Amino acid sequence: MEELVNLFHGFAVALQPFNIMVMLLGIVLGVIIGVLPGLGGANGVAILLPLTFSMPPTSAIIMLSCIYWGALFGGAITSILFNIPGEPWSVATTFDGYPMAQQGKAGEALTAAFTSSFVGALFAVIMITLVAPLVASFALQFGPAEKFAVYFLAFCSFVGLSKEPPFKTIAAMMMGFALAAVGLDSITGQLRLTFGFTELLNGFDFLIAVIGLFGIGEILITMEEGLAFRGGKAKIDLKVVLQTWKSLPKYWMTMLRSCFIGCWMGITPAGATPASFMSYGIAKRVSKNGKNFGKGEIEGVVAPETAAHAAGTAALLPMLSLGVPGSPTAAVLLGGLLIWGLQPGPMLFVEQKEFVWGLIASMYLGNLFGLIVVLTCVPIFAAILRVPFSIIAPLILVLCAIGAYSVHSSTFDVMLMLVFGVVGYLLKKCNYPLAPLVLAIVLGDKAEEAFRQSLLGSQGSLGIFFSNPLVSTIMVLGLIALFWSVIQEGFTRLKTRTAAA
Amino acid sequence: MTTHSSGAAGPKHKVVEAGVALLIAIFGIVVIVGSLKAGINWGAEGPRAGFFPFYIGLFIIVSSAINFWHVLRDGDGELFAEWTQLRQVMSVVIPTAIYVGAMPFTGLYLASIIFIGYFMRWLGKYRWVTVLAVALGMPIVTYFIFERYFMVPLPKGPIEDWLGI
Repeated sequence: MEELVNLFHGFAVALQPFNIMVMLLGIVLGVIIGVLPGLGGANGVAILLPLTFSMPPTSAIIMLSCIYWGALFGGAITSILFNIPGEPWSVATTFDGYPMAQQGKAGEALTAAFTSSFVGALFAVIMITLVAPLVASFALQFGPAEKFAVYFLAFCSFVGLSKEPPFKTIAAMMMGFALAAVGLDSITGQLRLTFGFTELLNGFDFLIAVIGLFGIGEILITMEEGLAFRGGKAKIDLKVVLQTWKSLPKYWMTMLRSCFIGCWMGITPAGATPASFMSYGIAKRVSKNGKNFGKGEIEGVVAPETAAHAAGTAALLPMLSLGVPGSPTAAVLLGGLLIWGLQPGPMLFVEQKEFVWGLIASMYLGNLFGLIVVLTCVPIFAAILRVPFSIIAPLILVLCAIGAYSVHSSTFDVMLMLVFGVVGYLLKKCNYPLAPLVLAIVLGDKAEEAFRQSLLGSQGSLGIFFSNPLVSTIMVLGLIALFWSVIQEGFTRLKTRTAAA
Repeated sequence: MTTHSSGAAGPKHKVVEAGVALLIAIFGIVVIVGSLKAGINWGAEGPRAGFFPFYIGLFIIVSSAINFWHVLRDGDGELFAEWTQLRQVMSVVIPTAIYVGAMPFTGLYLASIIFIGYFMRWLGKYRWVTVLAVALGMPIVTYFIFERYFMVPLPKGPIEDWLGI
């Protein structure tokens, strides 16, 4: 019951006029970011993060999280109208959304996409409201060993669940840890890995890495593919919206299933992209219209959008309650918390009640506003995409440069950003996942600290990570996640063998 | 968009990927060297600064070695990208490199105006009017949003000093 009271206080915070203003601003910026190629949720938030330095933290996080919701909504617009996913998590939406647009049912597809996004988000926010305080109060008892075990679980899930080859995921992740280690060692106060460069004293800032890897890298890839936008006109009128809404309750089972998939994949750091694919795949197998999937079936829009938005939202649960972000964008938000002087993790729920509940309340409102904004303004957002890439590209590059500069007011960071951009292009082309790299830069120091403190307690014995039931359980879960693909393979082999016998 | 015609030429995917794996391995070696310098054993206050990164470096080298081996084993004749595509990519990378390199001297605004102008005029082939409108408009809007409204200072050069901004 206490949560409900807190939530109402949160609504009082979120409904302050200034916060409503930044919410709307965030949503509009977010949709634009989601629509534009080369600007995704993570680096969009990273670029705009410096703008919030002068704001109160609660307003700042409300604006940034609303950018995130906006980007989640925006990705669907380009997928459906132009067959170009604005975000990786909306790739699965193109499968049925674009054929629907070609059949002149763009309005239906968009309404279905937005509405199911909203449902997914709402489900995840309710889940966060109910579960996050419990997880946080549970996590308050965590010592260094348990903390490290949680990080271990998070990173192992990456290896086991991502679709990239496991050793590429490990390589990318370890590069992130190495970059995080550069500079001052937080425990001994010693310098390391700087090789005498004074610019490296403070290490690599993950915001620079995010802007470079995701922003510049994405533009380079778009440039290579030679993007041309051709797509249908978007028009949504009230009649289409109401008609589509009338048909949607039929798919409640698909939505519910996608909500669960999304929440699960969002909490474990697999993220929104695999969630949308998985949800689409299962819906295709289960649905009685399954054979129509790919030809413009509305259920094929509902499933991935619900899951993607649920996953994107659920990614904030571990970020808030454990300090482990479930997605790159959540990682950027976590970086924001650190900059504003807040310590993410369970203590947040005790010490910064107003902040946490203001944020949670803003998730309800932000998604509702988002739904209204995108439903009413689709033609405007679609028009942005008709601006040719040779105008958009330099503007985005300049924005990235501004964002990178304003993190530490350093032009060295801007050059670093370009280096990260080229590296990001190469890594992405070679099928290395970038999300674990970024997450490792963000969490590297904390994971290392937890690891070393645990070892200090045990005088160097790794046995500390299996010393009590709680930490052992988390570690074993981590190991299962790490070897998940191997386990799965073993199972299928076993099955075929018994089938053959 | 990405269909490769049979006559198209370009670097092989296999070669680039092997190169990337090698570069990552070299990065791992650098990390290990740096960790050894910082000390990887136990000191008076527990594990020394290089302890954790040392093992990270080892992980990087081992996983890149495996990735390298996988490329050699599974790689086929597929192209990484066509030369024309790579030229497209370089047509962004090189001006951007000049742009960020010039920024400490010219400030952000002048560099951005020239950068946007170059992009639109030579790559986009727009009329000068359009080019000027966007190239001047964007930095001005940026100035008002970042410096005036959100009070985030951006790098300035001699021109801004002269204008007294």
